[in-house]
Amino acid sequence: MTDTQTISPEVAREHWSRSRNLMIITLIVWAIFGYAIHYFVDQLNQIVIFGFPMGWYMGAQGSLIVFVILIFWFAHRQNKIDEDLGLAEDSD
Amino acid sequence: MASGDFTSNLGRVYSMYTGGFAAFVILLAILEQVGLPDAVIGYLFVFFTIAVYAGIGIISRTMQVSEYYVAGRRVPAFYNGMATAADWMSAASFIAMAGGLYARGYDYMAFILGWTGGYVLVATLIAPYLRKFGAYTVPDFLGSRYGGNIARFIGIVVLFCCSFTYIVGQITGTGLIASRFLGIPFEVAVFVGLVGILVCSMMGGMRAVTWTQVAQYIVLIIAYLIPVVILSAQQTGVPVPQIMYGQVLQQIQELEQTAPALQAVEGVQEAARPFMQTPQTFTEKFNFVALIICLMIGTASLPHVLMRFFTTPSVKAARRSVGWALFFIFLLYFTAPAYASFAKLEVYQNVLGSDVSTLEAIQQLPQWIFIYGAVELVSICGTHAIDAETVFAACQSAGIDTLLYSQFSIAADTVVIATPEIAGLPYVIAGLVAAGGLAAALSTADGLLLAIANALSHDIYYRMIDPKASTARRLVVARVLLIVVAVLGAIVAGTRPGGILALVAWAFSLAAAGLFPALVMGVWWKRTTSTGAICGMLAGFGVTLFYLVGTRYFDMPLWIGVSNISAGLFGIPVGFAVTYVVSLMTPAPSQEMQDFVDELRIPRGPTLMAETKSTQKAS
Repeated sequence: MTDTQTISPEVAREHWSRSRNLMIITLIVWAIFGYAIHYFVDQLNQIVIFGFPMGWYMGAQGSLIVFVILIFWFAHRQNKIDEDLGLAEDSD
Repeated sequence: MASGDFTSNLGRVYSMYTGGFAAFVILLAILEQVGLPDAVIGYLFVFFTIAVYAGIGIISRTMQVSEYYVAGRRVPAFYNGMATAADWMSAASFIAMAGGLYARGYDYMAFILGWTGGYVLVATLIAPYLRKFGAYTVPDFLGSRYGGNIARFIGIVVLFCCSFTYIVGQITGTGLIASRFLGIPFEVAVFVGLVGILVCSMMGGMRAVTWTQVAQYIVLIIAYLIPVVILSAQQTGVPVPQIMYGQVLQQIQELEQTAPALQAVEGVQEAARPFMQTPQTFTEKFNFVALIICLMIGTASLPHVLMRFFTTPSVKAARRSVGWALFFIFLLYFTAPAYASFAKLEVYQNVLGSDVSTLEAIQQLPQWIFIYGAVELVSICGTHAIDAETVFAACQSAGIDTLLYSQFSIAADTVVIATPEIAGLPYVIAGLVAAGGLAAALSTADGLLLAIANALSHDIYYRMIDPKASTARRLVVARVLLIVVAVLGAIVAGTRPGGILALVAWAFSLAAAGLFPALVMGVWWKRTTSTGAICGMLAGFGVTLFYLVGTRYFDMPLWIGVSNISAGLFGIPVGFAVTYVVSLMTPAPSQEMQDFVDELRIPRGPTLMAETKSTQKAS
C-alpha cells in the first residue's frame, strides 16, 4: 500500500515549484539550442573546426548532442527532487 | 510464460541476436563470393528478417490486457529507448532524410532539429505524467482528465487523422522495398509488407511490438551505418563519417567556387545553389523557425510515440527512456548529413563536368548511375539514364558535350540506397540496406497500427460501448480491429495514393495543434476545465486543418508567408488561447479533479487509471 494521502500540502507544493523551475530551466536551454543559436548561423559559419563551419555543425550535430545530454540531466535532477522530498517511487 | 526470465536476460538475448545477424550477413557475403545470385540474396534478407520478427511476435503472444496494451509495464528504459527509436524512425528517416539534405542542404536542417528537439518536450512536459496516470492510450488520458467521452472522442479523431495517412505511407514503404528486392509487383508486395506487420503485432500487441522493435532497431542502425562507414574509410582513411565529412564539406565548397559545371552559364543555368546556403530573407528565416516549432511540438504529440512511454516500469524510467530514445535516434540523424555530403562530393567530382560527347566517354561514367537510371531514379540530359546508349542519344539531340549540374538529376531517395554502389561494395551490402529500410518501415507501421487499433478497441469499444466486456472479449475485439485497420491501410496503399502520401507531413501540425495544448495544460494548469480543453482541441485542430486544406486545395493566400507544412504555427497558439479563455469562463474543475492532477504530478503511488469496471466511473 502507498500513502499518497499522507503527503502534506507543503511538501507537495515545494515539490511542484521545484519541478516547475527545473522544467523552465530545461526549456530555456532547449530554446537556446533549438532556436536562438541557429539565428546566428552565418556568424557561426565564420568559425571552421575540423572542416565544419560551426553554424552547420550546430544544426547537424551540436544541438542534437545538447538535447540528449539535456534530457538525461533533466531526468537526473527531477529524480533528485523526488527523492529529496520523499516522493520518489519505492523501487525502480 | 517465461517473460520474467526474458526481461532479466535482455542483454544476453539481444547480444546473441546481434551476433546472429552479423553472422548471417557474413555468411551471405561469403555465399555471394562463391556465386550466389543477387536475387537470392535479396530474398534471403527479406524473408530471414521477417521470419525473425514473426518469431519474436509469436513468442510474445499474450492473453492479458495489460501485456497487450502496455507490455506489462516491464520494459527497461534502455530497451524502451531502442524500441521508441525504431517506432519513430520510419522509411522517411531511413531513406528520405539523407536525400532531403542532399537536395536542399542546410534548409533541410529544420527537419533534423525539429524531429529531435521534440523529445525534450516529451521528457519535461508530458511522458512522466502520462506514465503516472497509467494510460493505455492517449485518448484514455484525455477522457479521464476532461471527464468524459467528448474529449476522448475528439482525441481519437485527431489521432486517427494524423496516424492513418502516416501508416499508409509506411505500408507503401514496405511495399516499395519488398517489390524491388523480391521482384514482385507493388500491389502484391504491399500484402507481403502487411503480413510482416501483422505477424509482429497481432498475437502480442504492445508486448510483441516492443520486442520486435528492439530487434528492428538493431538491424536498421547496423544497415544505416555500415555503408557510410566503409565509404568514409575509403575516401578519408578514417571510418568515422560523422567527423570526417567536415573535410568533404570543404571540398564541396571549393568545387562550388571552381568547378565549371556548377557555375552560371548564359542562357543555360544559374550558378548551383551552395550546399550550405543558409536562409537569408526574413520569410526564409521565419519559415525555417516555424517548421522547427511545428515538428518539435508535433513530435511531442504523436500518439504512437507517447504510447511507448506507458510501458516503462516506473515514472523515473519513463524520463530516462526518453533520453535513451533520443540517443538512439541521434545515432542515425547525425549520420544522415554525412551520407548527403559524401553523395554530393561523388556527384560533383565524378559525374558533373564529365565528357558526354561520345558513347565511350559515357560508358566511363560511374556504374551506379546506370544501375539507378534503369529504375528511373537518375536522369541525364532530360532522360532516365537507363544505359549509355540512351544517355548518348539524349545528350546528342540536346547538343550537350559536357555535363552541367542542371542536366543531371537524382531522386532524393537514391542517396542512401546508392551508397553501397558508390563505394563499390558487394551486393550483400545493398541487401543489408534494404533490410534496414524494411525494418524502419515495419517498426513504425506496427507502432502506428497499435496506436489506431488500441484507440478503437480500448477507447471506443471498451470505454464507450461496452465497459462490462470480459478480458477475453476485449482482446478478441482488439485483434479484429487491428487486422481491419491494417488491411484498410494496405488497400489504400495498394492504390498508390500520391495525394495521401503528401499528407503525411500534415500529421505533425495536426497532432501539435489538436493534442499538445490539452495534454500539457491538463498536467501543468489545474484550472483547465473540460469545456476549455474540448473547445481548445476543436479550435486548434480546426484552424490547422482549415489552413492546410485552404492553402493546398483552394488557393488560399498564405498568412504572413507561412508555408503549408507549418500550419500548426497558427493552430497551436489558438489551441492554447481558447483552452485558457474558455477555462476561465467556466467553473473551476471539481476538487476531485484537482486532487487527481496533484497525484499525477507525484511519482510515488500507484497508477491512477481505474482498470476494473466497478471503479471506472468513481474517481
